[in-house]
Amino acid sequence: MTTPQDGGLTTVLGRLAHRSVTPAPTLPPPGRLASPGSRTRAVTALAVVAVFALIPLASLVVPWVLPGPVDVLNSAGTLDVLGLCFVFAGVALGYDVLFGFTGLLSFGQVLYFAIGAYGLDITLTVWNWPLLPALLVTLAAGLLVALVLGAISLRGSGIAFAMVTLAFAQVGYYLIEDNPHNLTGGDTGLAMSAARLPSALVGVASTRNLYWLALVFLIVVYAVVWLVTGSSTGRVWLAIRESERRAEVLGYRSFPFKLASFALSSLIATAGGIVYLLLVGTATPDAVASTTVTISILVMVVLGGAGTRWGAVAGAMVYVYLQQYLLKIAAEPSFGALPAVLRVPLSQPSFLLGALFILFILFAPGGVAGLASRVAARVSTRRRKPQAEPREKPVE
Amino acid sequence: MSTFIAITISGLALGAVYFLIASGLSLIYGLMDVLNFAHGVFLTLGAYAGWAVAAHLPGLGFGGVVIAAAAAGAAVAAVTELLLIRPLYGRPISQILVTIGLDLALVGLLEGGFGSDSLSITVPGWLTAVTAVGGERIPNGDFVALGAGLAVLGALTWFLRRTRYGMIIRAGAENRDMVRALGIDVGRAFTVVFAVGGAAAGLAGLLNSVVFSGALVDPTQGDQLLIFAFIVVVIGGLGSIAGSAVAATGVGLVQVYVTFYAGSGAGLAQLGNVSVVLVLAIVLLVRPRGLLGRTA
Repeated sequence: MTTPQDGGLTTVLGRLAHRSVTPAPTLPPPGRLASPGSRTRAVTALAVVAVFALIPLASLVVPWVLPGPVDVLNSAGTLDVLGLCFVFAGVALGYDVLFGFTGLLSFGQVLYFAIGAYGLDITLTVWNWPLLPALLVTLAAGLLVALVLGAISLRGSGIAFAMVTLAFAQVGYYLIEDNPHNLTGGDTGLAMSAARLPSALVGVASTRNLYWLALVFLIVVYAVVWLVTGSSTGRVWLAIRESERRAEVLGYRSFPFKLASFALSSLIATAGGIVYLLLVGTATPDAVASTTVTISILVMVVLGGAGTRWGAVAGAMVYVYLQQYLLKIAAEPSFGALPAVLRVPLSQPSFLLGALFILFILFAPGGVAGLASRVAARVSTRRRKPQAEPREKPVE
Repeated sequence: MSTFIAITISGLALGAVYFLIASGLSLIYGLMDVLNFAHGVFLTLGAYAGWAVAAHLPGLGFGGVVIAAAAAGAAVAAVTELLLIRPLYGRPISQILVTIGLDLALVGLLEGGFGSDSLSITVPGWLTAVTAVGGERIPNGDFVALGAGLAVLGALTWFLRRTRYGMIIRAGAENRDMVRALGIDVGRAFTVVFAVGGAAAGLAGLLNSVVFSGALVDPTQGDQLLIFAFIVVVIGGLGSIAGSAVAATGVGLVQVYVTFYAGSGAGLAQLGNVSVVLVLAIVLLVRPRGLLGRTA
């Protein structure tokens, strides 16, 4: 296991950032390794990963896993839904780096997801490239666009930053809808050609492999985010989140750190778009490029608990699973027999998820992770006062 | 030349609709620092209220339709402020997030109740007729939108300058705590601002349907418009009504001119929308606080 101090991209970025200013105070080393609960947490994490990794091999009948005739745990339908959960969990975790850990509210995250999905789709399907260059060019495109647009958007702060990122993402949506040179397929989207894919990822038997691919994506993203947020760069992100001015007074130029956060978060979204395309097999503007997707990602992170890694993952898993599950329930024949007062709201996942989101904001602002830590605190020490609600700094 | 006049009037009419939306957003932000994502669904609800009155109470005429749209927007906005924004006072991020949740929930409810397909509003014949100006036929709807925009600009200016609430709102935008320390109930001003913004939004939703969308309403129309309204507010400067008016006019004209003169060839159909974003990027690079934004 590498420790966060021993170099790599984050330290390089950190050095670049305060090269031109007065010497920055050295930060205390991250205390993660020393914390007493870390072994328990590592074991729990391994167990959870192992359970999810074994699901494709388990043909157990679990009632209510999904509504419908097939309740088998490793049926293609279940694996597809879970694979989608993993993809969005990774993307949400990437967004959490930007929003939860650095305090930057972006409304343009979908742009990088779209670059991933459409980038791979166009290079494979329209240009007929081999897989490896297609992957590399797509990732590089996502990173490059993030660096350029991030540098522009970060000139504004607070609401202006949010609006500019929204506007850039909207341009991406318009370009895709416009179908320039017949690249994107316009409104109807572009189905991926499987000609250049390895056989393991093609055909009916591929469901299981794609599921594992999505799980590996999530694990890699988690590991990267865990390392980076625990590093000295991650600590500067937290300092910027709490008070950008104070971080600057301490000698950190905030801009390179914010840009690094933006770039990492966008790169993860691009990779997520790639895995999404492999999983779903087609890219459409509404599914991978519309602002609705950004809003969903934001809702996932806040539902789970912004600024916590597992919270963002849990929020995304719950969100995507509920969305798919509710859609399937609404399609059940018996559902139509309900009176309209119940049927109309219950048939709309976006209504139920929106309402759930409002309830969380009003009554559980820390999300699922906040609830869990409150419960844990109450169980471990009954005398301890309940934790104060997260403080919010004013938006400029 | 005559085509140019027709396009200009159309651009000004579009700008008027943007102003109706942006003025509410800007007022709310100026006083309360809340960026209201639910504004889009206020628009849509206004249009649906107009549709309902036109379909079920035709005796009320088009005046009734307009009043229903504005009243629905105002009512929903006021309830939103009382139930969702007020409990979250002092938590600006949560206030933004709760309006996002409300938008999701209400759009879902509209899709469940009315279907995701468009509904057609019955409008009087004179509204869809055209008037000849300088040899060019101009839809009457353009004049209605333009008139509504100017009327709301005038009314808002009067309201902010001449009424007691207007004074409280302007003072509150300057220094909320000081106003409160003087014993004035700023909370009620918050509700009033939301209601006024909601009324303008409801009106804008109806006008957008009637003038620019072939009298059709659908559950997501507000969210499409909201993005442009956000751009207008940021270009104009958050919190500035005059800035919103200038930016709305500019954005409306740019969008219409570019869309018309670029044609609809491959890769060009969305150029009008793209150019608006470019204007935003340029304005922010030159003046990060917008055209008439207050300094921090």
